[in-house]
Amino acid sequence: MELFKNTNFDFLGKKWPFIILSLVVTAAGMVSLAVHHGPRYGIDFTGGANIWLRFNHEPPVDQIRKALSDKIRGEISVQQITGTQQVIVGTQIADEKELNQRRQTIEDTLLSTFGAGGGKLDLNNSSAEQLANRLREPLLTAGVALSEQDLQDLSRRIEQFRASKGGILNSLDELSQVQGVTPQILEAIRKECSLGPFTILSAEMVGPKVGAELRRQAVLATLYALGGMLVYIAFRFEWIYGAAAVIACFHDTIITIGLFSIFNKEITLTVVAALLTLVGYSMNDTIVVFDRIRENLKLLRREKLENVINISVNQTLSRTVLTSGLTLLTALSLFIFGGQVLNGFSFALVMGIIFGTYSSVFIASPILLLWQNLIERRKAGSGLRAAPAAPAREMAARKPAAR
Amino acid sequence: MTSNVKVRALVIVGVILICVYGIIGLPTSKQELIDNWNKNIRLGLDLKGGSQLTLQVQLQDAFKAQADQVILRLKEALQKAGVPFADMGRNDPQSIADADKIQIDIKGVPSTQAGTFRQIVQENFSNEWILTPVNSTDYRMTMQPTAALKLKDDTLTQSIQTIDKKINALGLSETSVQKRGGSANEAEIMVQLPGVDDPAHVKQLLKTQAVLELDEVKAGPFSSREEARASTGGILPLDEKIVPTQPRGGVPSEFYIVSRTPVITGRDLRDARPQRGQMGGWETAFVVAQGDASRRFEQFTGSHIGKQLAIVLDNFVMSAPSIKGKIADNGVIEGLSSHEEAADLALNLRAGSLPAGVEVLQEWTVGPSLGSDSIKEGMAAGVAGVIAVIAVMLVYYKRSGINATLALILNAIILIAALSYFGATLTLPGIAGVILTIGMAVDSNVLIFERIREELRAGKAVVAAVDAGFKKAFLTIIDTHVTTVVSCAILFLFGTGPVQGFAVTLVIGLIANVFTAVFVSRTIFDWELGMQKKAVTLSI
Repeated sequence: MELFKNTNFDFLGKKWPFIILSLVVTAAGMVSLAVHHGPRYGIDFTGGANIWLRFNHEPPVDQIRKALSDKIRGEISVQQITGTQQVIVGTQIADEKELNQRRQTIEDTLLSTFGAGGGKLDLNNSSAEQLANRLREPLLTAGVALSEQDLQDLSRRIEQFRASKGGILNSLDELSQVQGVTPQILEAIRKECSLGPFTILSAEMVGPKVGAELRRQAVLATLYALGGMLVYIAFRFEWIYGAAAVIACFHDTIITIGLFSIFNKEITLTVVAALLTLVGYSMNDTIVVFDRIRENLKLLRREKLENVINISVNQTLSRTVLTSGLTLLTALSLFIFGGQVLNGFSFALVMGIIFGTYSSVFIASPILLLWQNLIERRKAGSGLRAAPAAPAREMAARKPAAR
Repeated sequence: MTSNVKVRALVIVGVILICVYGIIGLPTSKQELIDNWNKNIRLGLDLKGGSQLTLQVQLQDAFKAQADQVILRLKEALQKAGVPFADMGRNDPQSIADADKIQIDIKGVPSTQAGTFRQIVQENFSNEWILTPVNSTDYRMTMQPTAALKLKDDTLTQSIQTIDKKINALGLSETSVQKRGGSANEAEIMVQLPGVDDPAHVKQLLKTQAVLELDEVKAGPFSSREEARASTGGILPLDEKIVPTQPRGGVPSEFYIVSRTPVITGRDLRDARPQRGQMGGWETAFVVAQGDASRRFEQFTGSHIGKQLAIVLDNFVMSAPSIKGKIADNGVIEGLSSHEEAADLALNLRAGSLPAGVEVLQEWTVGPSLGSDSIKEGMAAGVAGVIAVIAVMLVYYKRSGINATLALILNAIILIAALSYFGATLTLPGIAGVILTIGMAVDSNVLIFERIREELRAGKAVVAAVDAGFKKAFLTIIDTHVTTVVSCAILFLFGTGPVQGFAVTLVIGLIANVFTAVFVSRTIFDWELGMQKKAVTLSI
């Protein structure tokens, strides 16, 4: 099966509409970024505390907000994840000590407002250790002979069982499925524990100093990496190829960050990993096209650069579509089925693949052509001598041959 | 099959065996296979659940403590030599960056005694401190830069060791306590606690200093600090101090006057265990180490029968029992409310006290259910994606698609095995690296196949087309891979944890990919073509 056989699309002829499209999308992203005062960073970069909860019913968002605003001064965000019974409670920048307290206050307030109460241990929010400590004496009194090790193991099994149920139990009766829970033990658990309506899925606290440092390092590392790639490509091809590839990568990253702003998605450390993937992918795609251009410049010495680029893009078209399509398939499946944790990550991947593919053809390649036209015009304009057929092309052709 | 292909096939089989061994070892049962897999595939905290804490050691505490000690020793030495002084004190650096700006000010040393004063300082402290005169009677001591550096290092190392001991004593598995990379001033420690979804208890443990002293009771108890001071005529002797009891359950603090120099301290203990108290409640029993400490303890208790001994923990008197007889090496700390409290105290005593306070800069907890949700969903999505990719490859490239699929699977095996051999952990950003690896692996195969098709279309014979296809695609593959490896190297050098995880996974994947897409795939082609006697054809 073959999709594209000897195609001959004039990609470069249609470059302007696409370049304008790119500029428009970039501008839209920039406007959105300006309106929102920069990207919406996750707390890994700004500093703050996040607590992620799962309720066993529709979460009482307003009640949560009210309970917390009575206890904590400053801004508290309570956000329900659409289509789930999950809620993220967040508080923004504050100094380290205060953050620690706030995180604790949020947890305590939530537990006292919505937790089971009655002096019993909330089994949906207790660690294996707490459970073991709670059950040690009652089990002794009830005459259940368990060694300390048995008790620890039992608590751990109960915790694992809870995790397998999505972290939240609806009835203590479910525990009878756990290995080692006898009716006698279950009775003791019933006396000592109860079940709150929510469980804490994750909690995160980042001091503002650490956040700023992380952000600086991530940005620097990415810029250095782009610089490194530019040098390598300049060494293997010509510096303008390196510059074009890096500009294309930059274009993809900027557009993706703009889209994050437009869709009001958070940029977290995981998203940064996705952006790095995007850069890698876009670079890979651009080099494949450039490689073909370099090869064709040797073979088709009489052809104009514009035609050589068009031929090269057409020759690699089948590969480009297939590879991009396949990778996009994986990224899309991650975006659709990958769940909440991977949502931002896979969103960046999907956007990255689409724009990475597109930019190799419509951004990186035209830059080569525009650059050559610029040189030719300058030479013609200065009137020193008539421009030779294609100086950039001949230089490029000579260089690999000399290797 | 030609001998060349045979050799290459042997290499490939060898690599596969080494990789499979790295992943599952040599299992004899299904259970062992699962155990080995779980042991070798280390998942990061974000995938399996757990807590990560970034702690900052308050180095200035250690500097202040050091200065306090110097002041105490210098006062003693001056007193002995009969050199008077008006005042002696230190400044109070508040941040880590200011820690080494610690200074001691000595005021009002008569200029006639200047020579003796200088000599005493020179003899006792010149290794670590620099003495500079401020005017004819006042002096300032600052820390030598090398000594300050050493103190920082020692404090950090000792903190890491103590924290490690405390956490190990909790009986958690696979914990790690490491110095965090970064500038020297930062003094940060990263603690990873797999499987812990409630780090409050751990934080509490780390914050507790657990400085234990057994002091001689000079007088008390008094109902207030003022009353205690009044009992000695308003001026407390130099070698005594006032310590309160901890207010508990509505009972207000009482105050004891105790000796400043302890009989023994927490450092002199060999062991500590929680136990049931005789009167109900809980207590922590401790054992004093053999040798100097136990001799001192025995001597003291022997000569102070009938008197009281104060058990002082973190500057609170826990209890002040009367000494009934000579005690060699054991004792109990009474009055603890629960097993948990007794166990924590025992743990803290065993681990020793931290040389400086710690602040929690960052905390990051993923509950086990979220971690397993991420794995489940991520895995399902990944598997769906890979199956789709394989299906398209098989339809599009027919028999050669099998070739690509084999290369893809082998790539994954090598990647997992390499992670296992390097002891690397797989985190979410690492998975991003895996995805890019798969993308580039697919790309390599597509590049090669498209090239072969082009050559076939140009009229070349099958064997020549395969050869040319591989050769031409190889250059492109090398260029794309080296570029990415270059960027990974830079990311690894300048990035932090997650970014580094991404870079490592990707580099391993890329190396594996060059091997599978070029070497393995080529061998399979050659083998397939070599099998056909006449009229060589290729399904592509």
